[in-house]
Amino acid sequence: MGLETVFGHSFFTSRVDDAVNWARKYSFFQYPFVTACCGMEFMSVWASTYDIARFGAEFPRFSPRQADVLFVVGTVNEKLAPVLKRVYDQMCEPKWVVSFGVCATSGGFYDNYAVVQGIDKIIPVDIYIPGCPPRPEAVLDALMKLQDKVSKESVLDKKYR
Amino acid sequence: MGTKNAELPKNWSVEDLGEGRMILNMGPSHPAMHGIVRILLTVEGERVAEADVEIGYLHRGFEKTCENVTYNQVIPYTDRLNYVSPFINNAGFSLAVEKLLDIETPERCKYLRVIMSELGRLQDHLTCIGANAMEQGAFTVYFYLINARECLYRLTDAVSGGRVTPAYTRIGGVTGDLPPDFRAGTAEAFRKVRKNLGDADKLLTRNRIFVDRMRGTGVISKQDAIALSFTGPVLRACGVPYDVRKAAPYLVYDRFDFTVPVGGSGDNYDRYLVRMEEMNQSMRIVEQALAQIPEGPIRHPDFNVSLPAKEEVYGNIEALMAHFKLTFEGVKPPAGEVYQAVEGGNGELGYYVVSDGSGKPYRVRVRPPCFPLVAGLSKLIKGGYIADIISTFGMINMIGGELER
Amino acid sequence: MNQHVTRTIKEKFPEYVTDSHAFRGDETVVIKREALLEVAGYLRDGLGFEFLMDLTAVDYPGREERFEMVYHFFSLSANLRLRLKAPVGGQNPVIASLTPLWSGANWFEREVYDMFGIKFEGHPDLRRILMYDTFEGHPLRRDYPLDKRQPRLPHRD
Repeated sequence: MGLETVFGHSFFTSRVDDAVNWARKYSFFQYPFVTACCGMEFMSVWASTYDIARFGAEFPRFSPRQADVLFVVGTVNEKLAPVLKRVYDQMCEPKWVVSFGVCATSGGFYDNYAVVQGIDKIIPVDIYIPGCPPRPEAVLDALMKLQDKVSKESVLDKKYR
Repeated sequence: MGTKNAELPKNWSVEDLGEGRMILNMGPSHPAMHGIVRILLTVEGERVAEADVEIGYLHRGFEKTCENVTYNQVIPYTDRLNYVSPFINNAGFSLAVEKLLDIETPERCKYLRVIMSELGRLQDHLTCIGANAMEQGAFTVYFYLINARECLYRLTDAVSGGRVTPAYTRIGGVTGDLPPDFRAGTAEAFRKVRKNLGDADKLLTRNRIFVDRMRGTGVISKQDAIALSFTGPVLRACGVPYDVRKAAPYLVYDRFDFTVPVGGSGDNYDRYLVRMEEMNQSMRIVEQALAQIPEGPIRHPDFNVSLPAKEEVYGNIEALMAHFKLTFEGVKPPAGEVYQAVEGGNGELGYYVVSDGSGKPYRVRVRPPCFPLVAGLSKLIKGGYIADIISTFGMINMIGGELER
Repeated sequence: MNQHVTRTIKEKFPEYVTDSHAFRGDETVVIKREALLEVAGYLRDGLGFEFLMDLTAVDYPGREERFEMVYHFFSLSANLRLRLKAPVGGQNPVIASLTPLWSGANWFEREVYDMFGIKFEGHPDLRRILMYDTFEGHPLRRDYPLDKRQPRLPHRD
């Protein structure tokens, strides 16, 4: 029905949101903020066995200005907190944050003077991945959940204005 | 590039920077810095004139935490020191506490610890070389070596239940025995590791780009390396054949036939070669250990040291009491202090444990092998090109967890 | 054969060695802190302990001299280890720096300064290493509570 019948097969109609979100969710440029042990599993997810490239998110950009997803991988301590905040601030909208592992999520079993008890005390977080460190399957699951989340957003959302 | 005074190294200022020099900030979050460390460089063109290395971005209070938990509860924390080879950390800490207790673990347990430690060393070196190759543009090698590491992770996962953080040992024993298909699994995994290593060797060892970037960079002399307390592959690349496994054989390392590879020139290329050869030796050790390993118990029989078997706990009041006391109060070594060194992935990993006779350690000090290495980093990179920092930093294999604890 | 080293040190520095023991085979010599440089120098040049393997401190709040510096030396040529301890106390604990003898002592001493607040005389660059500059107190002292948190560092624009 509609425009397709008039213009033939060279054409399709969609909502702007659907088109934009489709493009966004399959081409995450991630910024790996890798600090600790979780980095080992992050490397595994990235390499060929688990192959995050299948989800269109394999390409790391080490410049925050070119990245859409901030992966906070590992423990963040008080000395590092301002650095993380600065990296987050430098990223352009739209941006999402994945908290990788329990240390980033809640401080993990480092309940002491040095460790920030969860990065959500510093920056907003979209997806939390539990595990110390999370298994690669959990990371891929989180990535799919993030894709779901992205696909429900709208370009008219407040944060883009 | 703008230089605010707040960003300058502590005892420098723009005025005494000098003609033609500028300050370049590298890190804390830098693509080629696996691990977070900040290097403030003073450069003259492409040459590094001064370097100030700042660490502490992964300090998580390991030593303080240890003073507040029981001896067995320390073991999961040791996993996260050198998280690339956690088994060696586990074994080292258990050995230190066993030295305090003055006990010997059963034979089979010793063999198990050796096997897992060497698998840990393999994981460590694979990661080190893979990541370093990636940073120099040899991405394929990274995939090959991480694939090899994945085979080892599956093995260690089957034994300990954890890929990266296994917490495999306990005071006086280990958590579990080998699964029935471990021998076949190891043979298969080693076949793949050897193939991947062979491929990496063909891609790197005589590769013009790789050799140019590695040979003659990050050089240090034997005397300087000793004065800076270097140990491990970096020291051996200078030609000093110091390996704790040979110098003071712990566990059952004196029963295996293996060699300690040494370099000569003390540059990054030699460090790479030493690590490559150490992996072959580690595989030899595991194969010999699997051939020699005796049957028998895997925990110390004394109920005051290691948990009794579950059947005992349910059927025997002594065992039940021991289980209760051990869980709540922990192992109680006599007051005293010991230093136990093991050969970690990066060098001598030492545990200095002070006991006051209670169930919690009075003080646990880790002598992290990469702490002196990173302390010497500024010496290694001074005078070289900025690009050489990447290969030097990669071959030092800084691991934040053990560096800053 | 390790006892030979302990005996030699005792004979060489009778007025400085206050104690010695060998718990579980770890040879330990306790000296007075003012003799540290002299004894360490003799260990390196006279007895061939070319490695300063580790350097740390332990806090004993109940003791008259609160801190105890612990040095682990290693001789590659003789394959021997030796632990040297020196008590440090007072309001302003100070001990000589080993950086003139081993350049590797630099960061180890900075860490002890950071964690315990012990100062090192003759250290070229004594400042915090693991914690940030505005951190108050020294976390590895026994009287610093494990979970005492300090105000978060302000974000710099």
